[in-house]
Amino acid sequence: MDVAYNPFSLEGKTILVTGASSGIGKATAIECSRMGAKVVITGRNEERLNETFNSLEGDGHIQILADLSNEDDIQHLVNEIPVLNGCVNNAGYNIMSVIQFIKKDNLDHIMNVNLTAPIMLTHLLVKSKKIAKDSSIVFTSSISARGRNSVGNSMYSATKGGLSSFMKNAALELAAKRIRCNAVLPGMVETPLKEGKSNITEEQWEINRQLYPLKRFGKPEEIAYGIIYLLSDASAWVTGTELVIDGGMTR
Amino acid sequence: MKSLDEFVELFAEQFDETDASEITATTVFHDLEEWSSLIGLSVIAMVDEEFDVALKGDDVKNSVTVEDLYNNVKSKL
Repeated sequence: MDVAYNPFSLEGKTILVTGASSGIGKATAIECSRMGAKVVITGRNEERLNETFNSLEGDGHIQILADLSNEDDIQHLVNEIPVLNGCVNNAGYNIMSVIQFIKKDNLDHIMNVNLTAPIMLTHLLVKSKKIAKDSSIVFTSSISARGRNSVGNSMYSATKGGLSSFMKNAALELAAKRIRCNAVLPGMVETPLKEGKSNITEEQWEINRQLYPLKRFGKPEEIAYGIIYLLSDASAWVTGTELVIDGGMTR
Repeated sequence: MKSLDEFVELFAEQFDETDASEITATTVFHDLEEWSSLIGLSVIAMVDEEFDVALKGDDVKNSVTVEDLYNNVKSKL
């Protein structure tokens, strides 16, 4: 047996992870570094980004502070980074609101962060030739993009539905450049994004956990492992897919 | 600050099937047939819009009557 055999290795790859200061992004950055990648991490909060940076294994990693809701910051990020072999468009957040109380400001902002930013980042990476041939772009979507909806979640669902649709079209167009595009669709994961929903009581969360066939929410690293598969050469013939990771919720 | 009566009226507006006359300051709102997590979220959003107060799910859970909730909102102003 060859102990070094690992088709999921990210050795020799440079991978950008957005939203790397917490949750799925943080776990993804750390796991990518453990799989041998040189990781470029970005986020808005300097302190938390630094915390992720210090948790990365190996050398040669880069951190760049950026607010991806700001177009200039995206351009600056693209200017600063080396040529990538992988990009994880992970930054995202949620504002819960029932439909009759939706506010235009909130809608604009969530659309900007969850949908416009990954589209513009993909655009600029391709335009600036900062993404190499045979590379992989992964989008963190959600099972809410697949009609697994819950009350108060309509704006978030709309952004993730849009993101999944964009990914599929990008997979078609960028195949000509041999750039693959895929998405992971997590169910509810124990992350700060969940903790931000203080209008949900712990009892309601527990009822929700029990709706999952595996009787719990996901862990950030369980999503990261799916992202690693899509970044690695193990998925070299996979593009335009949505990888559902949800404890059996959508079946 | 809106009065208790005004709060009761705004609270009642979040319901579709329950007539506003069935909801008063002393109503034990969790016992209302139409009460649901969706109406709970609507009440939280209404309080955010009308009072600029961010209620938590637990604030709604721990309030028994509509007046309790009003007092909770008042205490956060």
